[in-house]
Amino acid sequence: MMHADPNCVLTGTHFMNGDAACCEGAIAAGARFAAGYPITPSTEVVERFAARVPKIGGIFIQMEDELAASITLQGMVWAGAKSFTVTSGPGYSLMMEHIGFAAMTETPCVFVNVQRGGPSTGLPTLPAQGDMMQARFGSHGDYSTISLVPNSPQECFSLTVKAFNLAEKFRVPVMFMMDECVGHMTEKVVIPDAKEIEVTPRRHASKPPSEFLLFEPGEELVPEMAHAGEGYKVYVTGLTHDKRGYPLMNPASQKELIPRLFEKISRAADELTIVESEGLEDADVVVVSYGITSRVAQRAIEMARAKGLKVGKLRLICVWPFPEKLIRELAPKVKALVMPELNMGQVVIELERCAGGQCKVISVPHPGGTVHKPADILAAIERGAQ
Amino acid sequence: MLKEIRIAGFGGQGVILSAHILGRAVSIHEGGFATMTQNYGPEARGGAASAALVISDQPVLFPYVSNPDILVVMSQEAFTRYTPELKEGGVLIVEEDLVRMENVPQHIKVYSIPATRFAEELGKKMVLNVVMVGFFCAITEAVSYDACRKAVIDSVPEKFQKLNLDAFENGYGFGKNLLAKGPSKEEDTEPVSVLESAS
Repeated sequence: MMHADPNCVLTGTHFMNGDAACCEGAIAAGARFAAGYPITPSTEVVERFAARVPKIGGIFIQMEDELAASITLQGMVWAGAKSFTVTSGPGYSLMMEHIGFAAMTETPCVFVNVQRGGPSTGLPTLPAQGDMMQARFGSHGDYSTISLVPNSPQECFSLTVKAFNLAEKFRVPVMFMMDECVGHMTEKVVIPDAKEIEVTPRRHASKPPSEFLLFEPGEELVPEMAHAGEGYKVYVTGLTHDKRGYPLMNPASQKELIPRLFEKISRAADELTIVESEGLEDADVVVVSYGITSRVAQRAIEMARAKGLKVGKLRLICVWPFPEKLIRELAPKVKALVMPELNMGQVVIELERCAGGQCKVISVPHPGGTVHKPADILAAIERGAQ
Repeated sequence: MLKEIRIAGFGGQGVILSAHILGRAVSIHEGGFATMTQNYGPEARGGAASAALVISDQPVLFPYVSNPDILVVMSQEAFTRYTPELKEGGVLIVEEDLVRMENVPQHIKVYSIPATRFAEELGKKMVLNVVMVGFFCAITEAVSYDACRKAVIDSVPEKFQKLNLDAFENGYGFGKNLLAKGPSKEEDTEPVSVLESAS
């Protein structure tokens, strides 16, 4: 394990917004390259990055569109950099092609999506959580990846660092699913000393070029990586490939590659069950939520407890992979699971699947543009407790 | 203790910075919690600016402000738009030279200051927001003098520190004088006009 570069980390106590904190998290994690096509409400992340990198070494390129941005950043990764892009709904849709490319080529990188109301141009300056299924299934073909969801500017810092670390560990594109409210909200953000910030280094080739195969599964089913220009054969394609990385388009090759892309994530299910829970032991109703909605849900939980209801809290910090085992264990012990989301009911589909009919699952949908009224979540809790 | 605050005016008055200073004072220098949001919608174009601040001794869960306890208005538009949202018994702080007060709701407390004039006397009109921060600090006591002063210092470039601290002190002193000679704060059944005190 390495640590952040002390010359680049803004150690101290700040009053900053989530977008700025996300940028500082990326810098602390070692990102020195970003390509983007700035879009509200994510613009401040790369605006700050562009201002910061001349002093710490690094590049921000404003590309002609999101397709270009989302593939340029991957070129930089294969050249040795840690790199990311930042977007919102409409841009995220355009990036889907290359998110699949990153999954197929096992390119470690981070896609930040500061979610706004949609579909289409929707509500550029107002929050939603409508891209959660897109984060999991948006690109064509079948792949598995990781999505983290922060609920405060502080977490926009710390979880961005984590997003980069997970990207390196599993060699996947990690989706950092913010929303306009968290991105534009200003709160205290504590940035620790560089030596307290752990940074996962790239899994770099441990063999000499003559023995190295670019896509040979290594530890934890993840291949080691060599960069262009280091003397290794670096052949990277979106086509189904063999261990050398060369196109090999047949069912056997597909069967060897694709299930491994899933298994490298699924075998780490426990490590990727990243949640914050409270009062689950004797709860009749558990409110399951993520992102900004979890804060409003907390208010509702406190209101319900004041009325004497036994309510637990389960906040998903990592939404994908979904904490399946946890929900399967929890469902038989409670009367109901309540899930508020700033969409018309997306992650609740997964919640319902994992609950498997063992308890009621109550969706509290919201089309976005603002956050839930705590009273609406409270009403669902009361319905679940009956 | 949870207080919801809205500060509104027009672009260029430093509305957002004033909320930033108060939020910083509470969350960094007082060890409390503060969440600031601002309007980014189309209404934030064409001159209007507004920031909302929730301060508390507990973590802030709900980030938005719909019915503030304290409203600071620095433009006529802000006064017209936001005054009806003020809570009953709430505090309205007004830039008196920029706002003509009409239809002031009953059961609120009103405190006025010619903040722009104070700023102009200091030679920089742009520090009116910091005059307002000082006045806010004196009138509401929602944030301590020391924390506010420190937040002013670390929110402005070093070469403008003295100017901004003077602005802060002027606003604070005016507020304290107003409280000393004005009607008691508990007397919230009548709107309190203090317009004459500044002329």
